[in-house]
Amino acid sequence: MNRVRDAAVRVRQVRQADLEAVIVLDAQVTGLKKADYWAELYRRYGTGRRRGRQFLVAEGEHGIEGFVIGEVRDWEFGSPACGWVFAINVRPGARQAGIGSRLLEAVCDGFRKLGVTTVRTLLARDNNLVLSFFRARGMMAAQFIPLEMELDR
Amino acid sequence: MRLQKATRFALYSVLECARDPQRPVSATEIAQKYEVSIHHLSKVLRELGRAGILEAARGVGGGYRFRGNPRRLALMDVIALFEDISSRSGAGREPGARTDVGRSLGVVLGEIDEIAKATFRSITVDTMLKLARRQKRAGYGRGNAVISASAATHPPDCARRHRRP
Repeated sequence: MNRVRDAAVRVRQVRQADLEAVIVLDAQVTGLKKADYWAELYRRYGTGRRRGRQFLVAEGEHGIEGFVIGEVRDWEFGSPACGWVFAINVRPGARQAGIGSRLLEAVCDGFRKLGVTTVRTLLARDNNLVLSFFRARGMMAAQFIPLEMELDR
Repeated sequence: MRLQKATRFALYSVLECARDPQRPVSATEIAQKYEVSIHHLSKVLRELGRAGILEAARGVGGGYRFRGNPRRLALMDVIALFEDISSRSGAGREPGARTDVGRSLGVVLGEIDEIAKATFRSITVDTMLKLARRQKRAGYGRGNAVISASAATHPPDCARRHRRP
């Protein structure tokens, strides 16, 4: 486990060469190596061609320590433009060093530059670790309730 | 999920002590600030001491000190000491609970409970203290009376206002 110095970490836009590290990092947490999924996310969010879409990584002395993906969406669910964070992850051994906060702050800065004043995310109820992270950054319950059902076959 | 009195007193006590873990806070101080019975509060404080969340500091200027990790201790950890959170206790034994409507009501109430539990699990003492500081900055330093009064008058708008960071 490498200890991480917060000051040595730089948050920047993802590059194609970072993708393998991102895939490994995600697999460490989810247990699944989803190469095709991440290649598609890179194509959609990582190239910087689409305004409002962000795919950022935190790069430390030992490589990629975390990433965040976010997007500004207009009028989805009837809501005015707001920023959505739909993926954030920090290497387990690099946690508690402020990297997650820096990634979140960076993606929120990107939203602010586009005039967005609200940021949202969606999490599983039992994902206590990440729920606590967002709560500690000041996030509270939104005005929306997620619903789902099983479809009849 | 409705919190029992003892649970509320416990949360008040833990948060009051965690504001400054070095300073012992007396039971009298907590009782006066939150306008609660010192007799009832003392029992709660002893339970928090047994759980290792607070420690008693004896002597002049004594009281209770917070000894947990504020970034790790969740509200649910405190609540679980005073409430049966395993499931909706008693659900299924109430009159009508075994009917189709009764079971449906149980499903809805269970959904509410699960959301409440997830919320309490995800909010740490540290997060609550940040929230309290924001409330104070927003002008609710003496809190309870002002919030209760406005919430009773304008529930939806007020709730929205207080939830925003």
